[in-house]
Amino acid sequence: MPKVAMRVNGRAVSGEVEGRTLLVQFLREGLGMTGTHVGCDTSQCGACVVHVNGVPVKSCTAFALDLDGAEITTIEGMANADGSLGRVQQAFQDHHGLQCGFCTPGMVMSAAALLAENPTPSEAEIRTYLEGNICRCTGYHNIVKAVLAASGQDPATIAAE
Amino acid sequence: MYAFDFVRPKTVAEAVKALAAEDAQALGGGQTLIPTLKQRLAAPAVLVSLSGIAEMSGVSLSGGTLTIGGGTPHATVAKEARAAYPALAALAGGIGDPAVRSRGTIGGSLANNDPSACYPAAVLGSGATIVTDRREIAADDYFQGMFATALEPGEIITAVRFPVPEKAHYEKFAQPASRFALVGVFVARTGQGARVAVTGASADGVFRWAEAEKALSGGFSAAALAGLAPPTGDMISDLHGSAEYRAHLVKVLTGRAVAAA
Ligand SMILES: Cc1cc2nc3c(=O)[nH]c(=O)nc-3n(C[C@H](O)[C@H](O)[C@H](O)COP(=O)(O)OP(=O)(O)OC[C@H]3O[C@@H](n4cnc5c(N)ncnc54)[C@H](O)[C@@H]3O)c2cc1C
Ligand code: FES
Ligand code: FES
Repeated sequence: MPKVAMRVNGRAVSGEVEGRTLLVQFLREGLGMTGTHVGCDTSQCGACVVHVNGVPVKSCTAFALDLDGAEITTIEGMANADGSLGRVQQAFQDHHGLQCGFCTPGMVMSAAALLAENPTPSEAEIRTYLEGNICRCTGYHNIVKAVLAASGQDPATIAAE
Repeated sequence: MYAFDFVRPKTVAEAVKALAAEDAQALGGGQTLIPTLKQRLAAPAVLVSLSGIAEMSGVSLSGGTLTIGGGTPHATVAKEARAAYPALAALAGGIGDPAVRSRGTIGGSLANNDPSACYPAAVLGSGATIVTDRREIAADDYFQGMFATALEPGEIITAVRFPVPEKAHYEKFAQPASRFALVGVFVARTGQGARVAVTGASADGVFRWAEAEKALSGGFSAAALAGLAPPTGDMISDLHGSAEYRAHLVKVLTGRAVAAA
């Protein structure tokens, strides 16, 4: 079987994969990193979003071999060095930005990608950017609040639901 | 997904060679092809990824022509075409969602020619040229109906050349679940008159609305469209919108696009 090598959360990893092995399968089954979720497996829901060379990618819609040599960041890489929750994660906890938590890894990764591009997004910009992330618990309002808070803005500025 | 071999050539020449193998298929960003493979609607023996080919990626302006590499992701076009061709950059920035835009490419979108895709409207509306590994194809000759194009088996879109119009705008009425265009209209005012390309509406795929082009070539304003009947032709009718609704949208969106251009 072909070999693939990449860096995941700063760590060099490698493994044997098939041509059809998806990035998310390599992460979850190959590396045992189950933080990245598969919600739909049809490229629609965004639960599986990770960063590839700094940009958000649906890991259910990319082949591991296509990302040979890439720099990947997953939800496991979002915590602080001491193991405490990172800024975006903490904001999700503080503002109840999750209910069942299934969509949360993808939401956090998309939110972090937005903040890297646009450090103080407006409410409208947050909602537009998260268009590809679906929350089956429909907790969008608190997710938007969490992202506002993570960007250092006052989440009270948005209308109550 | 059925099993296949995966190759990732570094040059167009190597990719052309790899695609000559039996049942070989090109992989762009995979945002259409991977879902298709999962549904077992395609079963290539070899997948030839174009993502490692540096010469197929990037945006460059020379004279009045903007050239976009066939492997350039939508997000890169949205950023790097903004100054030279803002209407095209805005179209690219409105495709799908950020993660789709990170991987999906202009070449993949045009090769697929989904009847509701956005790029075909810009390419036809700008009168762009599709550059492949073996020839150049004018937009007017390239689109041949729903999911059908002038591409030969194994032919690779290496670049697309857009003559930058005097003004242009893409107006998209998004289908909220798929985020594709329920109807999208691209209008451009060029030295040779107005061009109006419509996506999402016709069962024959993207088309030019000749009557609107004629009206706008006399005066590029929304008012010039007032007397026109909505386009006829083989409009798509499905649970998202009837044929009449789509035809109506074409006219409304054309007016909005002209006003915003
Ligand atoms: C959730 C979601 C939302 C989307 N929303 C929109 C939208 O709003 N508007 C829109 O226009 N599109 C939309 N898309 C489609 C998206 O733009 C795809 O990226 C695009 O249609 C296909 O490009 P790709 O690079 O991913 O190609 P792939 O999926 O890799 O390939 C598609 C086809 O093109 C062929 N191919 C790929 N590259 C080339 C090339 N350079 N030369 C020749 N053949 C090639 C492949 O063999 C395959 O047959 C959406 C997709 C998803 C998943
Ligand atoms: S699991 Fe990848 S988009 Fe839903
Ligand atoms: S918190 Fe349950 S799906 Fe979003």
